[in-house]
Amino acid sequence: MTDFAEIWGYLGRDPLLWLTLTLGAYVVGDAASRASGRNPLVNPVLIAMIILGTTLWATATPYPVYFEGAQFVHFMLGPATVALAVPLYGQIHRIRKAALPLIGALLAGVVTSVLSVVWIGEAMGLERQVLLSLVPKSATAPVALGVSESLGGSPTLTAVLVILTGICGAVVVTPLMNALGIRDWRARGFSVGVAAHGIGAARALQVNETAGAFAAVGMGLSAIATAFLAPILAGWLL
Amino acid sequence: MIFSVTLILVFQLAGVVLVQLLHLPVPGPVAGMALLLLAMLLVPALYDKVRPAGQGILQHLSLLFVPAGVGVVGHIGTLGSQGWGIAVALIGSTLLALLAGVFAFLALAKLTGAADD
Repeated sequence: MTDFAEIWGYLGRDPLLWLTLTLGAYVVGDAASRASGRNPLVNPVLIAMIILGTTLWATATPYPVYFEGAQFVHFMLGPATVALAVPLYGQIHRIRKAALPLIGALLAGVVTSVLSVVWIGEAMGLERQVLLSLVPKSATAPVALGVSESLGGSPTLTAVLVILTGICGAVVVTPLMNALGIRDWRARGFSVGVAAHGIGAARALQVNETAGAFAAVGMGLSAIATAFLAPILAGWLL
Repeated sequence: MIFSVTLILVFQLAGVVLVQLLHLPVPGPVAGMALLLLAMLLVPALYDKVRPAGQGILQHLSLLFVPAGVGVVGHIGTLGSQGWGIAVALIGSTLLALLAGVFAFLALAKLTGAADD
């Protein structure tokens, strides 16, 4: 037992352990998602979060120690955002043709997201700081954190809420759109990119190439629109 | 592959610099995405150069959100006491935003005749 404690004391501080566990947890989540036939309810990010969260809790490891190792994965978010230009370019002629629907859907999606989260949140009696942290929830993480901070919310809470929003969007989009009988992949992809940023886009890329490209556009435009509109809308409401 | 990765990092760096210089309200990587798109529109040969790394990264895009998501452990207290309210607001608002977006798109696509091919 002392041996284990000693090994743990050494390994628990090594970034390699947490990097390996992050990839390992995702491999498990992805395998489960694959085994379910990509059932939207079996979300790989959510499974990985549960595995890792439980591990941190069980080993009393502080989040900053975990992040020492996980930061290498986190860093790749930047290059991945840049790489979204690739599917976007591949579909550029279809995107150009749909310019007006894109702008309309962008404004409708972003405004609805901000207004409805504040109204529902107020009705549910949420604290002001939680409400402010929820305002930019549909934007991609770096934008959302900046907006949350400028509004007086909690950036770290926003980071979590953004991820949960992404998972929620990724889980509901396919059953919701199928139930409504919507077959336009452009509309499906774009709206999930606007409402549920990169995690929604990741789901869209899995389902259909066109949907993925439009989701990438939606995510990028939603980031820009949220950065400008969320502070104005939140100023009116809160 | 290395060339492909380098190109993507170069565009991210360019985006970060642009955002700093012009004080833009978007993050550097989003500006980098716009710059890379613009560059491919001007020089279509770039597409085949960035595609290998680009598609490689995007294949497992959702993995990259895991480290930030694990931050949930630091907010168990808030999520516990106001968890129901947060869940209702978050799920309700995401559904409404999805519906608003998709119906606005379809209505405008019909209006402008921008049907899919």
